[in-house]
Amino acid sequence: MTEMQEKLVFSRPESVIDRPTHYCPGCHHGIAHRLVGELLDEMNLAENSLLVASIGCSVFLYNYLDVDAVEAPHGRAPAVATGVKRARPDNFVFTYQGDGDLASIGMAEIMHAANRGEKICVVFVNNTVYGMTGGQMAPTTLIGQKTTTTPAGRCITHEGAPIRMAEIIASLGGVAYAARGSLDSVKNISAAKKHLRKAFDCQLNATGFGFVELLSGCPTNWKMTPVQANERLQNEMIPYFPLGVFKDISEEGGIC
Amino acid sequence: MSKQPERIFIKGNEAIARGALAARCKCFFGYPITPQNDIPEFMSSEIIKAGGDFVQAESEVAAANMLLGAGAAGIRAMTSSSSPGMSLKQEAISYMAGSEIPAVIVNMNRGGPGLGDIGPAQGDYYQSTRGGGHGDYRHFTFGPGTVQEAYDLTIRAFDIAFEHRTPVLILGDAILGQMKEPITPWVPEGVDDEAGRDWAITGRTNARETAREKRLIKSLFLGEGELAGQNRHLQAKYDAWTDMAECEQFETEDAELIICAYGSIGRIAKSTVRAFRKQGKKVGLFRPITLYPFPSADLKKLAQAGKRFLTIEHNLGQMVDDVRLAIRTVADSDFFPIYPGNLPTPDELEAPILACLEGK
Ligand SMILES: Cc1ncc(C[n+]2csc(CCOP(=O)(O)OP(=O)(O)O)c2C)c(N)n1
Ligand code: SF4
Ligand SMILES: [Mg+2]
Repeated sequence: MTEMQEKLVFSRPESVIDRPTHYCPGCHHGIAHRLVGELLDEMNLAENSLLVASIGCSVFLYNYLDVDAVEAPHGRAPAVATGVKRARPDNFVFTYQGDGDLASIGMAEIMHAANRGEKICVVFVNNTVYGMTGGQMAPTTLIGQKTTTTPAGRCITHEGAPIRMAEIIASLGGVAYAARGSLDSVKNISAAKKHLRKAFDCQLNATGFGFVELLSGCPTNWKMTPVQANERLQNEMIPYFPLGVFKDISEEGGIC
Repeated sequence: MSKQPERIFIKGNEAIARGALAARCKCFFGYPITPQNDIPEFMSSEIIKAGGDFVQAESEVAAANMLLGAGAAGIRAMTSSSSPGMSLKQEAISYMAGSEIPAVIVNMNRGGPGLGDIGPAQGDYYQSTRGGGHGDYRHFTFGPGTVQEAYDLTIRAFDIAFEHRTPVLILGDAILGQMKEPITPWVPEGVDDEAGRDWAITGRTNARETAREKRLIKSLFLGEGELAGQNRHLQAKYDAWTDMAECEQFETEDAELIICAYGSIGRIAKSTVRAFRKQGKKVGLFRPITLYPFPSADLKKLAQAGKRFLTIEHNLGQMVDDVRLAIRTVADSDFFPIYPGNLPTPDELEAPILACLEGK
């Protein structure tokens, strides 16, 4: 008889602190955190990293990643990161922001940081709602989507159309890399990690601004089970927010 | 024989920029607004030559948040603006106060409310001394009256910001910013760009340290009793500043009437006091140099010595509240307002002072 042996095949990245998170079951923030943590380990960045946390469900990211961090006011993370990076150009600087934070109140800051070509990375978690404040409409809320402030569903003539950030960012001069991934499936998660790695590389090579949008589920505010939320992500979000790379000048060299 | 100190003839705005460079300011974040444009314009080239960095931000909101980032990174940084822009900076200033981030901020006060005008005014006194944003906080505030003082106080502002981990505001006005005077520039010794930054985000390993625990700079305190603790800690810090209050007293010793005025108005009032003294009239000047902490103790001593008070401001009555609070158990202060859009000459201040002196 062969003896059964337990073998650990999947462990916590060192850069992710060993503590329970406050996220709801089925929330994708945890997956996004893990991807960032894996890359900090693999690219040996944790000790040199400065995280600019934003305001949203992910505000406590600074409790989960083992890196120096500062908390930015709502939407201002790209401006704060600009200040951090200009002050300490040798550090690896990144923000992590939700769709309300980045695409609504922080629209000016993200556009101009990107356009200036700040040598920072932005991890953008698009879950089509204001998660933390209880599921209000976000700039990314889909047409027809019911939220606590669009009880009859978002209407294009009243609230406008959902904003596709990765495409907009890709159109700006200082941007080295802009892509959109999704956290719904193993295949898409590993593609998302590749996007993040490229964006991180663009900062390390001083090529320019790196931006990765991650389509994510918020089962709580979508009032769905985690499985239903994943299905919605696949059937409704991905068709409107196409996955892929919208800009990549990393192969061509700098843009100064 | 030692060399004569260099004298240069410059505007107040430039003096502040040069003072910042002398204090080894390494990052400047600006946005155009009159009457402070000389500061970002000067910095856009000079701070780069000094090995620092300059960003023309997309707004005052962004400029102040860039300042927050640079300060959190433990680097001496500055932003400047004027009244409408200061309203926009208040969000970041509140966060900087709450998370104890050092930074230097300049306001060249212009007329308000709203778009107001671009002339001198002191309408931002409340905003500058009460913590202009949300929450229960204060920050250190200087009110320079001359171009030399603007230079000197800018240098000191950086030391105070980093020693006390606080935003420091320099409150000038359109006169101070645009006026040229000869000054003697100086460079402080012993400024260390990294010393005493054991709170700053630098990366867990940097040149001077071996690997350490991560650092976190934040103003969110959700745990039971945490926010009360932070507020208590901040208040204790502000209380400890009381001893750092400064003022200029001119001919106060034997004065019957003390004029209380700060900044440019303090300076104009000083000329009026001189003129009265030539006529043998016993008038003196009390000019706060720190607006927060307010030099209450010195003022109270004057009240206890039986003086009378007239506060003159380029607004409709703001600092007069602090004057009255300081002397409330012993005396009161009259008030004379100067409306924005007007710039009084020393002569024009004679009538209200005389009326007060003669008890009318
Ligand atoms: C100036 C300001 N306005 C509003 C808020 C309230 N607020 C906190 S989080 C949040 C929205 C977060 O939504 P999102 O960025 O999409 O992040 P999520 O929680 O969905 O991950 C809002 C509006 C705030 N903290 N500050
Ligand atoms: S509310 Fe939504 S985004 Fe926030 S933790 Fe819960 S599932 Fe995640
Ligand atoms: Mg969201």
